[in-house]
Amino acid sequence: MALHSPRGSRSFLERGLLLLVMLIFLEGTVLTLGAASSPDISAQDNTGGGDDQRGIEGRHGHANYTKKAFPVLSLDYRHIHVPFEISLWVLLASLMKLGFHLIPRLSSIVPESCLLIVVGLLVGGLIKLAGEEVPPVLDSNLFFLCLLPPIILDAGYFLPIRPFMENIGTILMFAVVGTLWNAFFVGGLLYAVCQIEGTYLSQVELLPCLLFGSIISAVDPVAVLAVFEEIHINELLHILVFGESLLNDAVTVVLYHLFEEYSDAGEVTPMDVVLGVICFLIVSLGGIAVGTIYGILAAFTSRFTSHTRVIEPLFVFVYSYMAYLSAEMFHLSGIMALIACGAVMRPYVEANISHKSHTTVKYFLKMWSSVSETLIFIFLGVATVAGPHAWNWTFVSVTVILCLVSRVIGVVGLTFIINKFRIVKLTTKDQFIVAYGGLRGAIAFSLGYLLDKDLFPMRTMFLTAIITEIFFTVFVQGMTIKPLVDLLAVKKKQEAKRSINEEIHTQFLDHLLTGIEDICGHYGHHHWKDKLNRFNKKYIKKCLIAGERYKEPQLIAFYHKMEFKQAIELVESGGGVKLPSAMPSQVSMQNIQPKKLPPAVAERALPQFTKGREEEIRKILRSNLQKTRQRLRSYNRHTLVADPFEDGWNDFILKKQRMIELEKKVRLADSPSLVKPD
Amino acid sequence: MGSTNSTLSKIPNVEELVQETGFTPAHIVRLYDRFEALDKEKTGHLRPQDFGAINRLAINPIGDRIIGAFFSPGQETVDFHSFVRILAHFRPADKKRPKDPSMPEPVNSRTSKLKFAFQLYDQDKDGKISRAELLQVLRSMLEMQVTEEQLESIADRTIQEADLDTDDAISFEEFRKSLEKVNIDHKMSIRFLR
Repeated sequence: MALHSPRGSRSFLERGLLLLVMLIFLEGTVLTLGAASSPDISAQDNTGGGDDQRGIEGRHGHANYTKKAFPVLSLDYRHIHVPFEISLWVLLASLMKLGFHLIPRLSSIVPESCLLIVVGLLVGGLIKLAGEEVPPVLDSNLFFLCLLPPIILDAGYFLPIRPFMENIGTILMFAVVGTLWNAFFVGGLLYAVCQIEGTYLSQVELLPCLLFGSIISAVDPVAVLAVFEEIHINELLHILVFGESLLNDAVTVVLYHLFEEYSDAGEVTPMDVVLGVICFLIVSLGGIAVGTIYGILAAFTSRFTSHTRVIEPLFVFVYSYMAYLSAEMFHLSGIMALIACGAVMRPYVEANISHKSHTTVKYFLKMWSSVSETLIFIFLGVATVAGPHAWNWTFVSVTVILCLVSRVIGVVGLTFIINKFRIVKLTTKDQFIVAYGGLRGAIAFSLGYLLDKDLFPMRTMFLTAIITEIFFTVFVQGMTIKPLVDLLAVKKKQEAKRSINEEIHTQFLDHLLTGIEDICGHYGHHHWKDKLNRFNKKYIKKCLIAGERYKEPQLIAFYHKMEFKQAIELVESGGGVKLPSAMPSQVSMQNIQPKKLPPAVAERALPQFTKGREEEIRKILRSNLQKTRQRLRSYNRHTLVADPFEDGWNDFILKKQRMIELEKKVRLADSPSLVKPD
Repeated sequence: MGSTNSTLSKIPNVEELVQETGFTPAHIVRLYDRFEALDKEKTGHLRPQDFGAINRLAINPIGDRIIGAFFSPGQETVDFHSFVRILAHFRPADKKRPKDPSMPEPVNSRTSKLKFAFQLYDQDKDGKISRAELLQVLRSMLEMQVTEEQLESIADRTIQEADLDTDDAISFEEFRKSLEKVNIDHKMSIRFLR
């Protein structure tokens, strides 16, 4: 204990200093932001100063101005205040993220999203205490056009296509039918409650209630991502909840617009309902179509970028963002467009762009989505402090309870129907996690914020209820889901990498099942997948992939990637292999090859080696290979596998080719005197 | 209902089939219709040529292996019972089955499915997938797109990864172990058959 304290106190001191620095910074930020929000005073100062500047330069020759001392140093905050504030917020968000991980126990108990909302509350509170007006940060435009797209693009680009497509039926059921059920259940029952005497809510009509129901019923992708990534749940559940949160956007958009339009008129005719259904189809399919078109354009563009590698990542980002904006322009589902764009372009773009560009795309997407997510939660906290609130016990509590109840009933009911069509059924545990993981987030708040004050006099009450619901789901459900997952022993995510055995055998099984389906005369899942793959290989890949790479079968690409990674890891880890300095480095890579190959070649390339030494080295290398294979990496959306020697790819290929040629030459030259090692 | 019954009466030993494979009578009827459609010459047996007539099977890389799996060694024809028995492997597994050690392993359990797949690799039936057999499979799956060297290094790598008892071949246990993370139930079941 006594030995620990000096070291412990030093690290404590470091941490304390860092926290102190952050607090001071926080205070400074708050004051600046608060000051910025009251533009009158600062504007006056600066325009006065600006005038003087212009006065001195413009009216140079005039006699009727009093010459002031030349301003050596002046403060002109007004000039830069917008980018400055933005940067300040981003910096604050990032520092907060850093800060949480300095306090180890905290980040394992409380999910990051909760902490960030608390920070937002603090910042908002500090601004209010300082007497300034809290800036309306969660502006809907800012949110939908700047903060949301990076997160969705990151999710869509890295969407695991195989599990997503395998479960697409289930996901669609939850997204469409589930959201509709939630919206009508919550909206309808709220209206019924409002009509009860004594709640002072009788002026709330049916359509606004249904509108509120549709806003609050949608599961939020940002919140789901933020919480689920920390609990490392198995792939199936993750993709079910996450897929649902993405695909329910179309339903939410249609319902929102439908009820908003007709709240004025006061009634919805059956004709409107039919139009609504048609609108839904157009919104979702149109969004996907727009995304696919932009995705294909991006893939096609990437085919020609072999001479301008530097701007390759730009195409990925810009085309995707354009897809989102184009979809939003037509009031189609921007989220679905973004997902479609990312998912469609990925296989082709990755075959075309260089390794470095691929890393850049990955890093940038993760960085932007991480910052966006952090900012969204902080802004939620600030907006809570800022916004006008109209608290009504009945309304708020009924909302929270109804949301929970409708979610549970919806999930259980739908699973009952879905399980009739699934091969791998959803168990009760799965249903519980799906129901409990239906978190609400900032999208609901932004949609509420968009409501017109005049048309909806109870807007503030709605906003208060939405915020309460968001807080409830994020804090209560977000914090308790991890211990519950452990308690119920829900299957966790498989950590280790895919082995080449798995890859070969799963392809084999795919072919087998396709064959069996053909024998049965049954056009099932595998049949269509096989058809799509053939079509892809024959026509699409030729158009969209540059050079000869389109012919490369998936297995070969996988094998190369795997070999490359292992070789790099081995070299990086150093491995404890003490090879004599006389040996060129190429040979160490060569020895990674399976043990059947090296004996003859090792003999040739390392003439000074004794048999015993060779065995030793081979043993060490082999154990290192196994060690690197067993190294488990837990998947976190925001961490990236270290990519050392990114530019080693070409060198590696060259070296390999050289080695193979060397081998051949050696074998030919020494074939008569080839001695088999025993 | 009437046509089902009449078809059922045409098939000998239906109850035995139902017991053995776990298919419902409706499924057996469906499969019998398919069997008759394939059996163009109405001999009551299928020959390799009948399978070969399925166009899509011809372009399947392992099509000939699949066809071969239906024919027991030495037999030239497949009757309806064997046809159904082989297809029973692809029935989704029954979750509620009690683990009864005295009863034989049901034909659609995970182990049986894996065994079936293993036998497709292991053509000489020696209980192991040798390097040569693996090379053959890789060659047929990758068609003409790779060099012999690449095939050899992939085969070597595969065996090295899976081979735990260092006998340079993959036994059934090693095969099973390398696929322990894959959901075989899901991967090797056809929804049509329930």
